[in-house]
Amino acid sequence: MKFAKKRGKTSPAISTASLPDIIFMLLFFFMVTTVMRSAEDKVSVSIPQATELTKLEKKSLVNTIMIGKPLKKYQSLYGTAPRLQLNDKISTVDDIPLFLEKHRVKVPENQRKKIKTSLKVDKDVTMGIIQDVKTQLRKSGQLAINYSARQKN
Amino acid sequence: MHKRRVQHEVQAGSMADIAFLLLIFFLVATTIQSDQGIMVKLPPWDPYHITVPLAHQNVLTVWVNARDELLVRGNRMHIDELSDHIKLFVLNPNQSKEMADKPTKAVVSLKSDRTTSYATYIEVYDQIKTAYHEMWDAESQKLYDRPYTDELTSIQKKVIRSKIPLLISEAEPSDFGKIAADE
Repeated sequence: MKFAKKRGKTSPAISTASLPDIIFMLLFFFMVTTVMRSAEDKVSVSIPQATELTKLEKKSLVNTIMIGKPLKKYQSLYGTAPRLQLNDKISTVDDIPLFLEKHRVKVPENQRKKIKTSLKVDKDVTMGIIQDVKTQLRKSGQLAINYSARQKN
Repeated sequence: MHKRRVQHEVQAGSMADIAFLLLIFFLVATTIQSDQGIMVKLPPWDPYHITVPLAHQNVLTVWVNARDELLVRGNRMHIDELSDHIKLFVLNPNQSKEMADKPTKAVVSLKSDRTTSYATYIEVYDQIKTAYHEMWDAESQKLYDRPYTDELTSIQKKVIRSKIPLLISEAEPSDFGKIAADE
């Protein structure tokens, strides 16, 4: 038969020589876009939704204050009332000036005016603690803040 | 005399595996989502609490109480009506004596309680910003024939923002929620 002849032939092996190149390209993409997870979350934060959002451009000019209930495993230590998290530590409002200063010295002098504080606040938190944080930020001269929010559909 | 070396070929077969491992590491460690939120400029701290008296007609007081209810100039209001009300107040199309006499003089005074929920506060703040954004859009359409977006130059933006400046004054929050809870 005409078709039977083909059976005996072995298919040629697919060349995998270019596979490393492809993988390397992917690798470089992720290396460039990656931002390391800075700190472990100790408070649970579910940010609210809003429409008028502004993007925070330069990550090195942004410091983040998280406010929310401590996670279950930390509740025996810190209780269930909303707390602040600065870097990886649960802190109080009084720790904010030092936290800001520590971030400030890492930023080049000519860019220090552009430093912004991102407030990642859980939506169930009440305004009291936020007001205290705002007052402390004003006293420390950190006036540009950003209430972190998700795009509302 | 030199020994004749045998030319080995470098084994590139495991290269893909190594690259894969690195790739997987960066895939796991990566966080692409960018930070976004509502930008706010706080007023500088002033220990003497100097207050500037403003004409009553130019100030729209918005209170959010401990139960997340809204009081605008003493009248209860639903949060969805706020944005339209602000536009009416700032632009004052009917030249009412009760509303702002010029958009440049209009101030929205926002006051919350210490037990107001953050979600409501953000919603109110968002509504105020939405109202202003819509007014800027309209002004921009009138002047430059396109909406108020990043396509405008910074000078054009400044022109619009100087015509309708976003002035939000935030008062020290009350603490009625706690008092009510203590009783």
